[in-house]
Amino acid sequence: MSYQASNFDVIVIGAGHAGCEAALAAARMGCKTLLLTLSLDTIAYMPCNPSIGGPAKGHVVRELDALGGEMGKNIDKTHIQMRMLNTGKGPAVYALRAQADKVLYQREMKKAIEEEPNLTLHQNMVEKLLMEDGSCKGVITRTGAEYHAKTVVLTTGTYLRGKIIIGDLQYESGPNNQQPSINLAHHLQELGFEMVRFKTGTPPRINSRTIDTSKMEIQPGDTEPRAFSFETKAYIMDQLPCWLTYTNEKTHQYIQDNLHRAPMYSGQIEGRGPRYCPSIEDKIVRFADKNRHQIFIEPEGRETLEMYVQGLSTSLPEDVQQDILRTIDGLEKAEMVRTGYAIEYDAIVPTQLWPSLETKLVPGLFTAGQINGTSGYEEAAAQGIMAGINAARKVQGKEPVVLNRSDAYIGVLIDDLVTKGTNEPYRLLTSRAEYRLLLRHDNADLRLTDKGYEIGLIKEDRYQRFVAKRNAIKTEIERLRKTKLTPNAEVQTKLAELGTPDINNVTELANLIKRPELTYQEIMKLSPAPVELSDEVMEQVEIQLKYEGYIQKSLLQVDKMKRMEEKRIPHWVDYTKISGLSSESREKLQQVMPVSLGQASRISGVNPADISILMIYIEQGGRTA
Amino acid sequence: MENDTIAAIATAMGESSIAIIRVSGQEALTLVDHIYQGKNKLIEATSHTVQYGHIVHPSTNEKVDEVLVTVMMAPRTFTRENVVEISCHGGLIAVEQTLELLLSTGVRLAEPGEFTKRAFLNGRIDLSQAEAVIDLIRAKTDKAAKVAIRQSEGKLSTHIRSLRSEIVETLAHLAVNVDYPEYDADVLTGQFVVERCKSMQTDLERLLQTARQGKILREGIATAIIGRPNVGKSSLMNALTQENKAIVTDIPGTTRDVIEEYVNVRGIPLKLLDTAGIRETEDIVEQIGVKRSEKALQSADLVLFMINHAESLQKEDLFLLEKIKAYPSLIIINKTDLPQQIDYEVVQAKSGNKKMIPLSVKTENGLDQLEEAIKDMFFAGNIDVNDQTYVSNARHIQLLEQAKASITEVISGVEQGIPLDMAEIDMKNAWQSLGEVIGEAVAEDLIDQIFSQFCLGK
Ligand SMILES: Cc1cc2nc3c(=O)[nH]c(=O)nc-3n(C[C@H](O)[C@H](O)[C@H](O)COP(=O)(O)OP(=O)(O)OC[C@H]3O[C@@H](n4cnc5c(N)ncnc54)[C@H](O)[C@@H]3O)c2cc1C
Ligand SMILES: Nc1nc2c(ncn2[C@@H]2O[C@H](COP(=O)(O)OP(=O)(O)OP(=O)(O)O)[C@@H](O)[C@H]2O)c(=O)[nH]1
Ligand SMILES: [Mg+2]
Repeated sequence: MSYQASNFDVIVIGAGHAGCEAALAAARMGCKTLLLTLSLDTIAYMPCNPSIGGPAKGHVVRELDALGGEMGKNIDKTHIQMRMLNTGKGPAVYALRAQADKVLYQREMKKAIEEEPNLTLHQNMVEKLLMEDGSCKGVITRTGAEYHAKTVVLTTGTYLRGKIIIGDLQYESGPNNQQPSINLAHHLQELGFEMVRFKTGTPPRINSRTIDTSKMEIQPGDTEPRAFSFETKAYIMDQLPCWLTYTNEKTHQYIQDNLHRAPMYSGQIEGRGPRYCPSIEDKIVRFADKNRHQIFIEPEGRETLEMYVQGLSTSLPEDVQQDILRTIDGLEKAEMVRTGYAIEYDAIVPTQLWPSLETKLVPGLFTAGQINGTSGYEEAAAQGIMAGINAARKVQGKEPVVLNRSDAYIGVLIDDLVTKGTNEPYRLLTSRAEYRLLLRHDNADLRLTDKGYEIGLIKEDRYQRFVAKRNAIKTEIERLRKTKLTPNAEVQTKLAELGTPDINNVTELANLIKRPELTYQEIMKLSPAPVELSDEVMEQVEIQLKYEGYIQKSLLQVDKMKRMEEKRIPHWVDYTKISGLSSESREKLQQVMPVSLGQASRISGVNPADISILMIYIEQGGRTA
Repeated sequence: MENDTIAAIATAMGESSIAIIRVSGQEALTLVDHIYQGKNKLIEATSHTVQYGHIVHPSTNEKVDEVLVTVMMAPRTFTRENVVEISCHGGLIAVEQTLELLLSTGVRLAEPGEFTKRAFLNGRIDLSQAEAVIDLIRAKTDKAAKVAIRQSEGKLSTHIRSLRSEIVETLAHLAVNVDYPEYDADVLTGQFVVERCKSMQTDLERLLQTARQGKILREGIATAIIGRPNVGKSSLMNALTQENKAIVTDIPGTTRDVIEEYVNVRGIPLKLLDTAGIRETEDIVEQIGVKRSEKALQSADLVLFMINHAESLQKEDLFLLEKIKAYPSLIIINKTDLPQQIDYEVVQAKSGNKKMIPLSVKTENGLDQLEEAIKDMFFAGNIDVNDQTYVSNARHIQLLEQAKASITEVISGVEQGIPLDMAEIDMKNAWQSLGEVIGEAVAEDLIDQIFSQFCLGK
């Protein structure tokens, strides 16, 4: 029996990383929001790595923060260690990564949700969407509650028709033995969504009491204070280390001998797994000449002895897993407390989405997270906030917010998904971004705070702090451009002291700083700033001036792309009526329904001639209309 | 993309010895001025007038061609943009050089049909013609694609593929260092990258040189030498190229595979294809050769059909005569130093009145007439080579130049201490320019490479 439950503006299904951000964003934008999830004990649960950030992913967390998201703040409060990676490389690829206390992370996120005024949290399983005239107008739960809403955000992760696989054991399940979502998966199919079957996996966990860290390399956190959020001021300095060990010939031999028991190779797995997360059996087969693989041992939290064994993701049978562990240095006596597994699940083919993350098929329905074919907490959260924002804006009658590829990694991620689709679980990599130098970790606030403020997720006081920072950067850069050194004896001596060659002409400080051997701090010795500047401001001044040439080069490319991006494709365009298109590109264009010529040009198989033809067709229609 | 200045050869090559290069866009006048010397600068010229002057190399000041330039200012032009038309007189090579110089000033090579497209988008052509514009773009693109496919099978693309795979390996390595900082792959050093780039720079320079001499790049008119075994095809090839590349023997069936060579015959670039003599044969290797010859025939712009002066017309000759009817072709009657056995009138009749050229490769008697005949055919417009071939040469050169410039920037950047992941921007650009030469997709390659080259995971 079903009953009429309350009405909302926005309903979010699933309190994973995507759902939490979506619900918080919608509520904070003033929408009456409901968050439904299978279990209140697994809010923002991390089924795999106890870690957030890293290259590209860490950038996304900072972007989320600049837009007013929660992930950055939450991990800042709950990590056991943080490290800046790639510090030996250029600033564009510096990346922050945190090891999380998983349980604490969940608890803090749950609290943030509970405390949010416009947000109602409820434990329940959604089985169906309420449809009215082809649009989504709410949900029906297993308990029969009919909730009405103006828009719905679906973020059910790896739960749809989830199936766990361990050796020859298979059973229907969500991650970590959560209940799977079966009916909802069938319902989506009935609505006409094209689905794919993907696969991912997780390694076994072990008890830290049973490992010998003296045989491993220690991996401590940074001693400098680090944070994801631009707002965090309280740093956690008491950190726990991770440990590094390696597989060896024995491990590899053992796996080889047991390959016949691996579901991967006996054809029991139909889902498509990600190449960037191969299981250990996959690594041994595909890279047979590598005689060892790294294994990182990472604590799952402060209040537990459970350790995550990074590098050993597997779906081999339980007994084999236990034996593999024991071949590894330092793990000879390791007790396995959780068995590794692979999980198969349904995902939506993401080219069925508009760049706003609304589905083309069902107006009012937005999807975000792993259900869209991605993998990763950060990727999920990024889509979550965008879907939440756009679901709220739709309720408010506003145009969707879409980030460009030159605005943010979030823009790259979503554009890739909706334009190209994906044939494996999609992970962000810095190499997916064509304007990597512009999308730095350090300037996420400069790129996105304005947007966050406009959207309404960045509050006035924070915005004012941001504007002050931006002005300070600008003023200092102008000062360095105006301040010039004359080549006299005094100046040359000072330069020599800084270990840099003489100058031959009158030289702006802004140019001098481009010398690789000079830092901003050293420039300050030649001519100190009139006011005290924060570390972040100094960092920006240095990066923006030092790499000016390369930044300019990237900006030029962005400019070119922008013009195509701004050419919108009107709704009346009917690809079947355009005679000159090749049949391949017609099919692709019909499927993707790009919103701009820029997006159209990124669809594989659509060539410049097709774009020209499309332009002419649009122009023709425009004039007859 | 829409506001930049574009150029292309406007007259079909071969129709006359004058070729017109059309330039359109806001910057058309200023850009052409970079490579033009006359009494006045073009920007100072009155609209819709013709100027006399020279195209000169902007850095060496060397004269490339004597030209008449028509200056037409927006909006009273075909595209409603500023338009410059350069009439070149110095033949094909001069046209190509002029186009190449233009491209080096920042003019972009027009996409197929782009002038008409601009005319349409700027309201110059009325709506009823939209379909025609679409058809034109489609047709031109298909033609260009055909040229591209032909080129992608050639030597140039082999070179470029290997350069690209070298770059993509380096890129993948850099990417892994960046995206997986803890992964135990060697960290690429600046020194290593510089060394690699320097060797690529040399390769690119070599490619460019050959491109300019028109050897590898200049695709030329695909000219197939066809005929029965032992009539002297390979000998002719060697005579025209002045090399002894093709093996010549008195054993019929010597040539077993198609041999390509590039030559310049009186200013006209030819891609000569020496083929296996066509006859029915039991020999498997020879059979394959014959198949390939037939393929060469199909893709030929011009056929040089050879028969033996000193033998009577054979069954195979007749069969081949029938086959080549559909192609622009010349009938070469070789071995005129030997006593005549062949009946010229029959040949003439069976060939459908094609031009016959008696010659002897051995004594070189008649070779001049052959060269002259090829030239005449070309300028009479009888050989259907489209301007795409020439245009694509200029385009290749432009792209190769870009690739080289990018590689040079990688080197100078790294040597100045720029972080590798930043210099990578330039390396990616080089990779993309090279990809465009051979028309290869770029997007997913790198990601694929990363995961096949390195064992990553959790
Ligand atoms: C075994 C495993 C291994 C993984 N390995 C990696 C990895 O190595 N690297 C990596 O980057 N990522 C990995 N991931 C992926 C990562 O965990 C996810 O990408 C991320 O958690 C997805 O976030 P999400 O919000 O989309 O979904 P989830 O975090 O899965 O959240 C889904 C939420 O929806 C709720 N829900 C589901 N169905 C319903 C319903 N019908 N009604 C109401 N609520 C519902 C669930 O209770 C849950 O709260 C792995 C995931 C798993 C399961
Ligand atoms: N007398 C005379 N002999 C010639 C002439 N041209 C070629 N030959 C000879 O004819 C023979 C065959 O020449 P090739 O050039 O190998 O003939 P081909 O047509 O390439 O033969 P296949 O490769 O077998 O199909 C050689 O012995 C040449 O030296 C010519 O003009 N006069
Ligand atoms: Mg031969």
